Amino acid sequence: MMLHIENLHARIGDNEILRGVDLDVAAGEVHAIMGPNGSGKSTLANVLAGHEAYDTEGIVLFEGEDLFALSPEDRAASGVFLAFQHPVEIPGVGNLYFLRTALNSVLRRRGLEELDVMQFMAMAEDRMKSVEMDRSFMNRSVNEGFSGGEKKRNEILQMSILEPKLAILDETDSGLDIDALRIVAGGVNALRSPDRAMVVITHHQRLLDYIVPDRVHVMAGGRIVRSGDRDLALELEEYGYSELVPARGDEVSIPVGATS
Amino acid sequence: MTTEVLTDRALATSEMPAALLCTSLGIPPSGAGPTWLAPARHESLKWLKARGLPTRKDEDWKYTRLDALLDIPFERAEAGHGPRVTSATREALTVDPSNERAVFVNGFFAPHLSSLRAREGGVTVTSLATALDRGAAGLESAFSRAFDRYDHAFTALNTAFAEDGAYIHIAPDTVVDEPIELIFLSDAQGPPLVSSPCSVIVAGARSRVSVIETHAGVTPGATWTNAVVHVLLDEGARVDHFKIQDEPATGFHLALLDVHQGPGSTFSSGSVMLGSKIARNEIHVHLEGEDSRVSIDGLYWPRGDQHHDNVVLVEHVAPRCVSHQLYKGIVDGRGHGVFNGRIIVWPGADGADANQTNKNLLLSEYGEIDTRPRLEIFTDDVKCTHGAAVGALDEEALFYLRSRGVPREAARALLTQAFAREMLDRVASESLRTHVEALLAERLSIDGFAHEGTF
Repeated sequence: MMLHIENLHARIGDNEILRGVDLDVAAGEVHAIMGPNGSGKSTLANVLAGHEAYDTEGIVLFEGEDLFALSPEDRAASGVFLAFQHPVEIPGVGNLYFLRTALNSVLRRRGLEELDVMQFMAMAEDRMKSVEMDRSFMNRSVNEGFSGGEKKRNEILQMSILEPKLAILDETDSGLDIDALRIVAGGVNALRSPDRAMVVITHHQRLLDYIVPDRVHVMAGGRIVRSGDRDLALELEEYGYSELVPARGDEVSIPVGATS
Repeated sequence: MTTEVLTDRALATSEMPAALLCTSLGIPPSGAGPTWLAPARHESLKWLKARGLPTRKDEDWKYTRLDALLDIPFERAEAGHGPRVTSATREALTVDPSNERAVFVNGFFAPHLSSLRAREGGVTVTSLATALDRGAAGLESAFSRAFDRYDHAFTALNTAFAEDGAYIHIAPDTVVDEPIELIFLSDAQGPPLVSSPCSVIVAGARSRVSVIETHAGVTPGATWTNAVVHVLLDEGARVDHFKIQDEPATGFHLALLDVHQGPGSTFSSGSVMLGSKIARNEIHVHLEGEDSRVSIDGLYWPRGDQHHDNVVLVEHVAPRCVSHQLYKGIVDGRGHGVFNGRIIVWPGADGADANQTNKNLLLSEYGEIDTRPRLEIFTDDVKCTHGAAVGALDEEALFYLRSRGVPREAARALLTQAFAREMLDRVASESLRTHVEALLAERLSIDGFAHEGTF
């Protein structure tokens, strides 16, 4: 199993956001996680990537190894990638420099040869085509002044350059118009492979028309409350979450992942 | 000798009275120079002894303790000291070897290390000692004006003891294309040495010149640089000044850049403060001619137990003058960064456009930052803004970089570099920018410091 999550809890202070998540994702599979706002989807993504704001309990194994024993950068080097819901803007750090630094850091930790500028640019140009980005993006600061769609395309570009084993996409479709959605989904689909697993977090069924999942899970109140095949997503589309998810008085509603 | 009546101020505050410091430094040089010089030195000393050294009770010295400096029995450096300075030392500090360079060792011009050009006509680049011998223009006003309006004991000390420095005179309507580099090196192999270089830059009407001033030193050794630079801009002149202060972390550096601007003149000051145990860089700009403009940018970066104090005073005297200030501080370790900026808009300085921004990045919980942006406005028709900020590295940006595989320390360096980037982007000269980038990259211990290449 590529990813095994067992009874995962996560809290910030007294606020328990994940309340016992169980999930197994095998290589080659695409799993969609859906659910209402505040159900804990983004927290799950952040916890898997190693965000330090959360206190966690439970078991998370990535290829059999304890993921919690690894720093965020070590997780990246082992092949975990999170496409952020709200990619942060970093004025003053050039996109090209950032991408090459990231790739070379990962290659170094994997014991592989680093790429020089020319090698990197050749590779990056190729990957940029898949998300229809032009060279001008490379000379700008990371995400600074990028439109919502450009930020998401930049996330997918990073994913295609870092070639992770496990890609977690956190609401990558949010705020995208239909053209941007098509481009982003195309970039994601190009990366589907038997060796790679993907966890696609989304609020809307629409994305799953483009990225067809093998499994669909519904999260509510910090747990996975239903799992099924693709039809579950269609069912959600028709009936909404309220029909599927029992109402809970103590449900948390925190915009996790939002930067302060 | 020390029979002067000390004022309450000096008695109350200074462990080491000014008179004692003066005594340990000996009597001022005499004999050489124009007739006005000896009285000017005498007046400076008298003033200094009467007023005493500044203490933390003085507003402008509030955050800077000088005890560590005053505890050291400094002796006056003499010409010829500094045997460890070689041409290799100079090369390492040179921004561009094709530039004209004047090198000073412990404040004294070192011809064998300098590469001055044989100039024709409008451009004079020489040593202050030579200029004094010749009775060159602008010197008397520079010396006698140094401390008449501004309480500054160390300026007075400089006036009393300065024997050498750089002298640059640009005739009206003369444009100097290549920057002139002034490289000041301190080297005390034996007893602790104080050097008092005084430099004068006179830019004639509509002339243009760019000067890069570098301060560094040879270790080990205790040195104190007490430097003054006077810049006089006549109508329509443009002077760009950039200062790199990278003296050894055992040294002391106190400096004043005193600028008087005529009508329609443009002055820019950039500075990077990296070195010294205690460094204080003071810039005092007098916008005396209407429609004159000044921009003052600075980056300071104390770490270890370094103390970096920046004092900027801009006086809008004439109408329609423009002043912009951007200072950024990065404080690491137990470093202490100070920004003390003050804009005064005097009556009659209508149409003044002044702004002042100070941003600080605190990298360590043990560091300290004090920032005091101040505006004093005595006229109605003005546009003035000021602001200050202190922050830590953005945790979300740090996480973003780490989640992409960039190790924590490298991610911190990248974000620190990004913070400094804005200052580099304001350096117009490519060779200077590359030189400063390398200095900053060295401080971050990272490879490269650029947006890295165009794609």
